[in-house]
Amino acid sequence: MTQENRINGGQIDRTKTLRFTFDGHPYTGHPGDTLASALLANGVRLMGRSFKYHRPRGPISAGSEEPNAIVELRTGARQEPNTRATVAELFDGLEANSQNRFPSLKFDLMGINDRLSPFFAAGFYYKTFMWPASFWEKIYEPIIRRAAGLGSLTREEDPDQYDKGFLHCDILIIGAGPAGLMAALTAGRAGARVILADEDFRMGGRLNAETLTIGNHSGADWAEDTVRTLAQMPNVRLMPRTTVLGAMDHGIYSAVERVSDHLPVPAPGKPRQILWRIYSRQAILAGGATERPIAFENNDRPGIMLAGALRTYANRYAVAVGDRVAVFTNNDDGLRTATDLQAKGIDIAAVIDTRQEGDLLPGIRHLKGAQVIDTAGKLGLKSITIRHANGRSETLSVNALGVSGGWNPNLNIASHHRGRPVWNDAIHAFTPPTDGPRNLTAAGAAAGALSTHAALSTGAAQANAALEALGLKTHTADIPKAEDAPLNLTPFWYVHEGKGRAWIDQQNDVTVKDVKLAKQENFTSVEHLKRYTTLGMATDQGKTSNVTGLAIMAELTGRTIPQTGTTIYRPPYTPVAMGALGGRSRGHDFKPTRLTPSHKWASEQGAIFVEVGMWLRAQWFPKPGETTWRQSVDREVLQTRASVGICDVTTLGKIDIQGRDAGAFLDRVYANTFSTLPVGKVRYGLMLREDGIVMDDGTTARLGENEWVTTTTTANAVPVFRHMEYVRQCLYPDMDVQLISTTEAWAQFSVAGPNARKLLQKVVDQDISDAAFPYMACANITVCGGLRARLFRISFSGELAYEIAVPTRYGDAMIRELMKAGEDFGAVAYGTESLGVMRVEKGHVAGNELNGQTTALNMGLGKMVSKKKDSIGMVLSQREGLTDEKGLRIVGVKPVDPSQPLTAGSHFLDKGAAATAANDGGWLTSVVYSPHLGCSIALGYLKNGSAGIGDRMRAVNLLAKTEVEVEIVSPHFFDPEGERLRG
Amino acid sequence: MRLTCPLCGARDRREFTYYGAEDYLNRPAPDAPPQAWDDYLHNRDNPAGVTRDLWYHDMGCSSWLLVTRNTVTHEILAVEAVADRKGGAA
Repeated sequence: MTQENRINGGQIDRTKTLRFTFDGHPYTGHPGDTLASALLANGVRLMGRSFKYHRPRGPISAGSEEPNAIVELRTGARQEPNTRATVAELFDGLEANSQNRFPSLKFDLMGINDRLSPFFAAGFYYKTFMWPASFWEKIYEPIIRRAAGLGSLTREEDPDQYDKGFLHCDILIIGAGPAGLMAALTAGRAGARVILADEDFRMGGRLNAETLTIGNHSGADWAEDTVRTLAQMPNVRLMPRTTVLGAMDHGIYSAVERVSDHLPVPAPGKPRQILWRIYSRQAILAGGATERPIAFENNDRPGIMLAGALRTYANRYAVAVGDRVAVFTNNDDGLRTATDLQAKGIDIAAVIDTRQEGDLLPGIRHLKGAQVIDTAGKLGLKSITIRHANGRSETLSVNALGVSGGWNPNLNIASHHRGRPVWNDAIHAFTPPTDGPRNLTAAGAAAGALSTHAALSTGAAQANAALEALGLKTHTADIPKAEDAPLNLTPFWYVHEGKGRAWIDQQNDVTVKDVKLAKQENFTSVEHLKRYTTLGMATDQGKTSNVTGLAIMAELTGRTIPQTGTTIYRPPYTPVAMGALGGRSRGHDFKPTRLTPSHKWASEQGAIFVEVGMWLRAQWFPKPGETTWRQSVDREVLQTRASVGICDVTTLGKIDIQGRDAGAFLDRVYANTFSTLPVGKVRYGLMLREDGIVMDDGTTARLGENEWVTTTTTANAVPVFRHMEYVRQCLYPDMDVQLISTTEAWAQFSVAGPNARKLLQKVVDQDISDAAFPYMACANITVCGGLRARLFRISFSGELAYEIAVPTRYGDAMIRELMKAGEDFGAVAYGTESLGVMRVEKGHVAGNELNGQTTALNMGLGKMVSKKKDSIGMVLSQREGLTDEKGLRIVGVKPVDPSQPLTAGSHFLDKGAAATAANDGGWLTSVVYSPHLGCSIALGYLKNGSAGIGDRMRAVNLLAKTEVEVEIVSPHFFDPEGERLRG
Repeated sequence: MRLTCPLCGARDRREFTYYGAEDYLNRPAPDAPPQAWDDYLHNRDNPAGVTRDLWYHDMGCSSWLLVTRNTVTHEILAVEAVADRKGGAA
């Protein structure tokens, strides 16, 4: 095809030709075209099928309000469903496809829904698919969804990047039409930091679509000049292709910038889209207005458009949607379509004007008091039938019809904080609420100021008001001369005549009849109307339909429109791709990954890693010949207990605590006492929540008189620090104590096993013999001839063990040095699995036991809670119910038959007791295989557990379908007297 | 949403962690009656209007902040560092 509908003029670049396809057919267009304008230029009016009835539809608009021309763009992994052809910028090679049709757009089998429409009125689904209830989810809903779907998703991963960004400005101006440009010019010249954002790829708004002049220029030229002037101001940031999506709290606006949507693929290193968070001190909504249609029978045929859209296609895109055109209007703005199109040489069949009064257009058949009562043309408009004021009907052969029912200010963003739009009797439309977002004002058509002059002057005025509010100098702008004509609108919402369907919401297929049915069934409140008919609930949020539907309901119920109400809008202003909302937080980058200082070394050893919060920790270190993880873990455990093993424990939280009151502070934070701890010693501490439940545990070392370091569990490093700061700042602000998190500052390794001391003595510069450095000692030391380090003689494994910390940047060198020093002893590196095995063998509690529901008493540590001093959680840990001597106690568990494995999460049941909640005796928290005992062992919480030692019970897991006879034993499976760690 | 931290200036909400009502500043004495502890830990007003609550500047200066705000308009009326308040809390 050869762009048969292309006419002269317009803002397209005819020197370049762009090739594209729609449903596989090749077409051409030019830079400056949208997909819709290029298709219309090629005579293609049919672009989609409607959601419910599969009615053939073409675009009714030339902007983001479009309900009908919804298409799929691109193919393969970049395929994108449900995009509006009216805003899709054309590029060379674009492949577009229609959607919601089978087998083709022109012959759609689901068009049968249209013939069956009497059955498909509002509420049809609710009333019909009631019985049986179980059928809804499995049978009805999938069928309905398939029949009434929109586009389809590609199942491939999106190859493009999406970014998030942050911007700050004094004044954010939303929309770059005459009001927005004038506001930006005024504020920019005054020196304010301005952001001007517009969803279009060409700034200028309606100025690009009209033939109106500003000063001595065409509106489009003035816009272009103004944009050029603004681009030279360093304090002004122009953001075309950027839709402001919503008004958040405190002057924050979200916006999406389509950086690369107009390109076949993004430029190297560029994102597809950016989600901006714009922090503004003042904001001006200059988003223009959206034209609304009039409802009449069969008003949805391709070729029937908003009158202003016909002008946009002719003036901006140089496209004649039809060669014989009629206009149906209730206001003077609609008349412009007739005069503009006639000036372009297009044949105007008639202007059907619902108003009786007013002047007649010269040289045009202008029918006063007339209405369009029906149309014909299955896949595109062929004729309209009109009813003259005198009652006579007439059929006119036309292939395009422009409809104007007036203009609705785009106040959406101003109502995002629930402000109620205000009805304006002068333009018969809603204008922005008076209680909208703070520091947001509206200018131009968005404020109901519909003429070009009004747009320019309110734009300048609101910019000056914003400057004044900011305490900046205002700028007296010269307002160029522009038209200032009134709209002269006489309300006319729908044609009463006709038995057929008159469409209001074309995207959700809602008709005047549906509104009447809603009224008949008493769904007259606007919220009920919306939900009963789905009016305005499609992806366009009813931009062209909400007010009309509301006005018809008002008329039917004999109320005014303000009495009937209005629905308010919510973000986003237009649909946003999930990719933009996700940004870079997807896949591997969904959250940060923290690597331990020995990560590189562990990778070299072929370690298997496990996610622990954000950390990656070595889980075990397989050796050649080992085919199962158990072989590796058993070897690591046995060798550690036989000689020495090394484990990276950097992930444990570390908090340095300093100050004269540090000991007293720790007494408050921990259930046990720390102030009595001598310098150079470490003590295990149990931290409670204020409600008496255990929060965390760990060791605290006193390195100096006023110098302490606390460790937390890996998972609680951040919450414990926050809690300590709360206790310090909020509860005991008079204490002399300071905290700093040093988790990232120190690389820390556990060195455990009978040869741990011999190994460490090779790297530690000071004497660490048992006499010089006994069990639970700690000190600031040096290693390798002078590197500062911290040494703690503490043990989680039950062995003679130390933890050694060096500044993080030496962590990699330290693990290599330790492993080298350990060669003589056959030292092994061990991971989190072996750590877990050894702590369960030793009966130490960890995350599975500190599950946020358990007390010190449950853990067998009740005596640690000192009642001689006040501490967080002390009072409430003594509550009835938490002090039950027969409550849950930690126990050890062994299978009676050592060959049987245990399953974590299994519940204790007495022999012969049914597996019911009433008979539940507690549960297994941690299960490991102990290579020393040669069987599965577990820790668990058992009711009245201390009395149960020696009993035999069943460990039942209904999920895993396992049942094992077990013996209840002491949780200290290994070296219960602790002789090894004092060795 | 933004909070103006007395030390760091106006910062995005995502730098802060919400904790709970101002009541958390008024920890009872160890020998206080159970009702006082219940009130301290559990019982909260849910005002439509001005409320005061504790926030923590996690991604900033680690200050605990007492924020006075309006739950209806979302206005932030005041932000004070708890540790700087005159008279202290305990």
